[in-house]
Amino acid sequence: MREAVLVAVMAVVTILLRFLPFLVIRKETPPYISYLGRVLPPAIIGMLVIYCLKDVNPAVSPFGIPELISAACVVALQVWRRNSLVSILGGTVLYMVLVQQVF
Amino acid sequence: MNQQNTVKQAFLKTLPVMAGYVVLGTGFGILLRNAGYGVLWAFAMSLLIYAGSMQYVGVSLLTGGASIITTAMTTFMVNARHLFYSISMVDRYKDTGKFKPYMIFGLTDETYSLLCDGSTPEGADPNLYRFLVTAFNQSYWVTGSVLGSLLGTVLPFSTAGIEFSMTALFIASFTGQWLAADDHIPALTGLLSTLLCLVIFGPGRFLIPAMLLFTLILTLLRGRREAA
Repeated sequence: MREAVLVAVMAVVTILLRFLPFLVIRKETPPYISYLGRVLPPAIIGMLVIYCLKDVNPAVSPFGIPELISAACVVALQVWRRNSLVSILGGTVLYMVLVQQVF
Repeated sequence: MNQQNTVKQAFLKTLPVMAGYVVLGTGFGILLRNAGYGVLWAFAMSLLIYAGSMQYVGVSLLTGGASIITTAMTTFMVNARHLFYSISMVDRYKDTGKFKPYMIFGLTDETYSLLCDGSTPEGADPNLYRFLVTAFNQSYWVTGSVLGSLLGTVLPFSTAGIEFSMTALFIASFTGQWLAADDHIPALTGLLSTLLCLVIFGPGRFLIPAMLLFTLILTLLRGRREAA
């Protein structure tokens, strides 16, 4: 019972955080919010890239080399093919080979 | 507009998320089961909370006998970034009709990265497409959680490194948006502010400071940029 309440609390707080901006801004979107809607997405994606790589330690073997090679592979594939599926698949398979077989 | 085409486009778009969500969801299911909570718990949490890292934290809240206040505060801290995701989607999700509540509910990091540029495939019903991308992603997460809970052990083959698919997803989104944009200031501001905050605050608690910092910088740049 106690645990069910805790799960409900986690669900409600998460839902509130996701809905709050939509509940507050109901009518015309203020120009400032429209501006944020344009500039925040690229900044947030940049943040998520760093977030995923936060535990990579360049001072300890394998020095972040598998991440660096695989990330470069994703960027190169994306520039070349412009197809996210190809880039993500290619980068992930390369990374799995690197961490399982090479490093 | 072709509905079948919309379903196909949405499914293809979410394929990269499938691998990551099934594996990470499985990890969550296993962790939860080993903590003493069975498949119904895994299903309910992935259905109702649907926030990856929070659910992992949630397992230790459940087993640690956390209070309601602690649970609420922890959830707020771990998920506060979603406020920013929603703020940046207020305009784009403005007229999305009956699907809107679910689309807001399902706005995870990964779903956000697939939909935040606002573009939808040609010939697809935009709102149905966004709804389906959101729903497909959650179905992978729920499936993984239930699978992990039922199996109780890791998969019989090595999936070491498959979690990189999430990193690759964000790198591909970043690169895609970079190629599509004329103005790279927002992307660079996000990247560098986060890097700076990681160095200052450490890997445990740098996300919120980073978001505040780049929102502040981009706000200060607004006058200059709007005039340009």
